Amino acid sequence: MSKLSLSKAFTTLLQRDLLLVMRRRSEAINPVLFFIIVASLFPFGTGSDNELLQKIAPGIVWVGALLATMLSLDAIFRSDFEDGSLEQLMLSPHPASVLVLAKVIAHWLVTGLPLLIAAPFMALLYGLPSEAMPTLMISLLIGTPILSLVGSVGVALTVALRHGGVILSLLVLPLYVPVLIFGSGAVELAVDGFSPAANIYMLSAILALSLVLTPWPAAAALRLSLS
Amino acid sequence: MIMRFIHKLASPPFYYRLSARIMPWFVAIFLLFLAYGLYGGLIVAPADYQQGESYRIIYIHVPAAWMSLFIYMVMAVSAGIALIWRIKLSDVVLISSAPIGAMFTFLALVTGSIWGKPMWGTWWEWEARLTSELILLFIYLGIIALYNAVEDKRIASRAVAILTLVGVVNIPIIHYSVEWWNTLHQGPTVTKFDKPSIHLSMLLPLLSMAIAFKFYYGLTLLVRTRNELLQRERNAGWVKEMLDRE
Repeated sequence: MSKLSLSKAFTTLLQRDLLLVMRRRSEAINPVLFFIIVASLFPFGTGSDNELLQKIAPGIVWVGALLATMLSLDAIFRSDFEDGSLEQLMLSPHPASVLVLAKVIAHWLVTGLPLLIAAPFMALLYGLPSEAMPTLMISLLIGTPILSLVGSVGVALTVALRHGGVILSLLVLPLYVPVLIFGSGAVELAVDGFSPAANIYMLSAILALSLVLTPWPAAAALRLSLS
Repeated sequence: MIMRFIHKLASPPFYYRLSARIMPWFVAIFLLFLAYGLYGGLIVAPADYQQGESYRIIYIHVPAAWMSLFIYMVMAVSAGIALIWRIKLSDVVLISSAPIGAMFTFLALVTGSIWGKPMWGTWWEWEARLTSELILLFIYLGIIALYNAVEDKRIASRAVAILTLVGVVNIPIIHYSVEWWNTLHQGPTVTKFDKPSIHLSMLLPLLSMAIAFKFYYGLTLLVRTRNELLQRERNAGWVKEMLDRE
């Protein structure tokens, strides 16, 4: 048996996960579709008052992105858990936290990035001023990886449960509050013509923190779910 | 010496016997401080010159809010102990504390909202502290839901321990982000209680209520942990022995 270096194992796993998604492209599209539909539902509920829509645009786009990410979280580990490949991953000599990180990054590339592409169009529907567009993109670029990272802990805890979905949302959504606050706050500041730098810095700090801190509990929780 | 006592304490039969002995003390201390706190707070203490009589709800609200955080800290410490040293008792303390903590958080929310009606004119204000209490309640409920969802209670305890620790890192972040968010949206509309000086006749009953609440927590924790221990160890030798003796 040849020994794989850690970085090689990381990239191999990343490639494998991306390849798996490419084979089932229609599934990968669903979170974005969900995002677009949810974001287009709000005007029906609130009325098509342009001023109001523009005011709530940052919140809508962010909440939509948050819900779409949450619904797609299950995909990080579910299929691997069901066909047993997760167990093989945990048996590998490499630290499980690094492998978990590879899977989370793959998940973000598949769900977070498409959201990023769809978000400006949704923001246009709400009449978000174009000056705020870069801030929206940057806040989503920094914020959505946090959603995937924090969510991975929740999925790892609930993957063995039969009805894990509802509990997953109960576990994960309260933890998403800071990301939502700083993310939509940054866009609101940009809309009002202020500098959103402070919010972006806070988001970046949370990203750095969760990049370092979440793979551990996620790996520990996966071990637990497999036992 | 101390380590030996801790090891002894962690053994279920010893804990079960010891807790039976200290429970009456907890009841006595709880009732004593509760009686003084309620009497001092509701009758002796003067009315606030701005808020009148309605400020008196702080004698429930503030200790409940303190307890909601205190219990979470107890849970986080037990979670750490449970994960690192695999001590059974700390699992039990962790999961027995969660409903009590959720109850106190709920109490803090309800009393805060009742206080808000005469003060702000609304039952609910998206004010920073109330909002973080609400999110804390969600975290408690998530912990309880996760524990109930996993069938193997040994695995459930460890899952809950991991979740509790993830939560404890998040709680300060959530708290400060909510405060940040609140100041961005609206100026502070709340007259805060923690002015530099609060008169002694108001402070003493408040502290007394806080101590009473602590002992109430200790008391319910003892009852719940004893119950949980018996259920988990129902096949163990010491439970059978105890039942035979009775």
